[in-house]
Amino acid sequence: MKALQVSRSVPRLGMARIASAISPITATKLGPLAYTSVDEPELPGPGWRRVNTRLAGICGSDLSLVEGHASLYFEDWVSFPFVPGHEVVGELDDGTRVILEPVLGHEARGFAPPFDGAAPGDGDDYAHLTTGRLQPGIQTGFCCSTGGGWAPQFVAHETQLHRISDDMPDERAVLVEPFAGGIHAALLAAPTVAARQDPSTPAIVAVLGAGSMGLAAIAGLRRYVPDVRIIVGARYPHQRQFAKEFGADVVVAPDELPRAVRRAAGCHMVGDHLSSGAHVTIDAVGTSATVADCLRITRPRGRVVLLGMPADVTLDLTGLWHRETELKGAYTYGTEHLPDGRTARTFDLAIETANVLRAERLLSATYPLSDHVDAIAHAATAGRRGAVKIAFDMRKEDP
Amino acid sequence: MPRPGFVLDVDKSTPPTLFWHGEGFRLEKLPADRSRVIYAPEPHDAIDDVDGAIRTSLLNPIDMDPLPSLLFPGMKLTIAFDDVSLPLPKMKRPDLRQRIIEQVLTMAADAGVDDVHIIAALALHRRMHEFELRHALGDRVYDAFEPRGLLYQHDAEDPDNLAFLGTTDQGEEIEINKRAAESDLLIYVNINLVAMDGGWKSTAVGLASYRSLRHHHNPTTMEASHSFMDQHASELHKSTWRMGKVMRDHGPKVFQIETTLNTDTFPQPFEFLSKREWEWKPKDRALYLGAAKSLAKTPPRLARKIFHGIEAPHQMTSIQCGEVEAVHEVTTQNVYDQQLVEVEGQTDILTMGIPYICPYNVHSIMNPILVMCTGLGYFFNLYRGKPLVREGGVVILTHPTTPEFHPVHHPSYIDFFEEVLADTRDPHVMSQKWEQQYAEDDWYRHLYRTTNAYHGVHPFYMWYWGSHAMKHVGKVIIVGGDAATVRKLGFTPASTMNDAFEIASDTVGRSPTITHIKTPPLMIADVK
Repeated sequence: MKALQVSRSVPRLGMARIASAISPITATKLGPLAYTSVDEPELPGPGWRRVNTRLAGICGSDLSLVEGHASLYFEDWVSFPFVPGHEVVGELDDGTRVILEPVLGHEARGFAPPFDGAAPGDGDDYAHLTTGRLQPGIQTGFCCSTGGGWAPQFVAHETQLHRISDDMPDERAVLVEPFAGGIHAALLAAPTVAARQDPSTPAIVAVLGAGSMGLAAIAGLRRYVPDVRIIVGARYPHQRQFAKEFGADVVVAPDELPRAVRRAAGCHMVGDHLSSGAHVTIDAVGTSATVADCLRITRPRGRVVLLGMPADVTLDLTGLWHRETELKGAYTYGTEHLPDGRTARTFDLAIETANVLRAERLLSATYPLSDHVDAIAHAATAGRRGAVKIAFDMRKEDP
Repeated sequence: MPRPGFVLDVDKSTPPTLFWHGEGFRLEKLPADRSRVIYAPEPHDAIDDVDGAIRTSLLNPIDMDPLPSLLFPGMKLTIAFDDVSLPLPKMKRPDLRQRIIEQVLTMAADAGVDDVHIIAALALHRRMHEFELRHALGDRVYDAFEPRGLLYQHDAEDPDNLAFLGTTDQGEEIEINKRAAESDLLIYVNINLVAMDGGWKSTAVGLASYRSLRHHHNPTTMEASHSFMDQHASELHKSTWRMGKVMRDHGPKVFQIETTLNTDTFPQPFEFLSKREWEWKPKDRALYLGAAKSLAKTPPRLARKIFHGIEAPHQMTSIQCGEVEAVHEVTTQNVYDQQLVEVEGQTDILTMGIPYICPYNVHSIMNPILVMCTGLGYFFNLYRGKPLVREGGVVILTHPTTPEFHPVHHPSYIDFFEEVLADTRDPHVMSQKWEQQYAEDDWYRHLYRTTNAYHGVHPFYMWYWGSHAMKHVGKVIIVGGDAATVRKLGFTPASTMNDAFEIASDTVGRSPTITHIKTPPLMIADVK
């Protein structure tokens, strides 16, 4: 079958990295991604199913890989050559439509789960991600054993599959995975919000960035974290509109965010730091500049949640040290403990949220795999082109 | 003999009219046969012997005893003076405040007075920089008083140094500077640039706190002031005069010193700005062209510096001192004598060129809020009788209106622009919903008290200042302004004056009458 595949090629990664500064189209053409014929992956064992891809989204982490910006950290956690694509809605051979929960967890690799009812992303030892019956890979889309969503077909373990009802359109279902990521980040704000000094006033949660992940975090905050005042820094008008519709109280341009948080906190601005600030700040971008911005606007003993994949960053951490700021990663999803005492799988919350908010509104354009250069260029410039999510549509591709 | 003000009916032979455009100019050809341009009266003759006139006035006050007889050993004497917002542009040294205060101090010293404080009456304005204080008061006064803590700036947020004097019969609270309130004599040194200044507004506003100011600096009062230049038709002044009555009954004895200036506003090489275009000589045209072309190539920051460096040649035309109201009556008449221009009837469209300066951006940036305030708060109100523009008419301003703010002088303006204007432009709504939050914001308070920032509530006051105009006119258009910023202000952007007239035609029809008020130099249109 024809698929998009990433191979390990240091020169190509280097060229993509250089070219990405000029043009995402050139970066895609020169980079490690190729539209090529690949074998359909073997079923690795019992419990594995073959999935025919319907829609597969393009995520920021995919772009950083294609453009050669991904961290070397992943060298030992992925296996080449692999087919990317982890935001997937597909169809089983019996016609059942499913959403992929991409983490290749314990059971997928033939290990016992860390606890009964664990989700693929649960656990506090990631050894299983590089061992077991599969080649290394943190999730589908980064593992050569399973294939990925940027192909007409891939394989997935039963524990990764969420069956969806007929009334959920593919265009909505493909947004569930990023929604799960955003909701997970939102729920990481909850403990700090609950522990705030003055519970008589709403906690301030700032969100920097309003791409699909930032918007999902806003939705998660509004739906699952009570008593928060959500202040969002969003660059583009359509992002601001969505942010408001998803529950933000205040939406401003990113460079206005410090002042907006200051106003809400009623605090001082001392140099370039707020004297107090947001209880929690969610960075949905993940650059040196945005992490530094988040540290500046988060109050002492507050929490910064890194939702956007940061890669290499350069930071002055004196403020973090002085203010005892907590820096918290937010990679994925699993089992969540909600502020109201419930326990739920992040994906179930994401499906619920995607349905309520009609998440298909965020799907801006779809492309066939063969137009991957244009598709990736569109995704890389989504914000300024008025888009949010770009996906590949394989509903008409031959398996 | 200086010529009075003049209303020019524009015909086909009329040369283009010069419009201010921030730190630049535009020449605009106004439609013939239905446009008119109002020119300010020429500068009245100045008093030759300024120091002699000051002394004569101090010794011959109106309805009070001569100043020396009010001074005695052991007394508490406080001298308050107008802050950096007056005059505009700043005057050439020596400033009148210096000349007056030096004579007052000499008389005080002769009388054996040794407890003297000098206070900048800045209300909620920003604190003056040292160089501004030195400019206003002179080095001798500054060096003698400031190092000893005897020259300082009114702090409207210092609860330990405010005194409550009482309330008016309409419940308005009067709270002013404690030192001034507890003095045996409070001398106020004023420069009356426009008819709005002076009188009880000097002490009851300049030395007041937010608690006091909010009673008249609000949309209801401002909307009902028709205009600020006509004390008897201004609710702002009526409120201030009520407060003055309380001050007279319960406050310190006030010795008011008021001065008026002529309209000699611009020095060389900018004197063409004060001339009527059809009287421009080749030299004036050359100066205009040189200035306009070089300014077009000058970075805004540098252009701003050049303009704010201008020191005006305006000179004192009168000084009167004594009892506040009696003094102010004479002052106001003197201002009217210099500035009034008779204008017959209202117009459909009123055009105004907004210059680089207003009272609140001296050595600073004319930010979008101040553009609005200068156009709709100040220039619109340069009338007596009726507004120059008819109700439902159109106001056209020319100004670049970029979203630039001085971060030290105007911190709350930035938030006002970002937060409040994004929510509402209605002065009444914002006063109810947002004003208190800004007025009591601890950071703004800190910046006002310790740096050179305007008080947190100040941008609200600037917006309220335009509330009468906003209620009166049907549309406001800004020519040559940043479109997004203009829209955020609630106005309509236009690239050219002709575009603006086209846009205005939706409101006032296709053949509207047009009036351009060419100010500065300052004037007051006496609209019949």
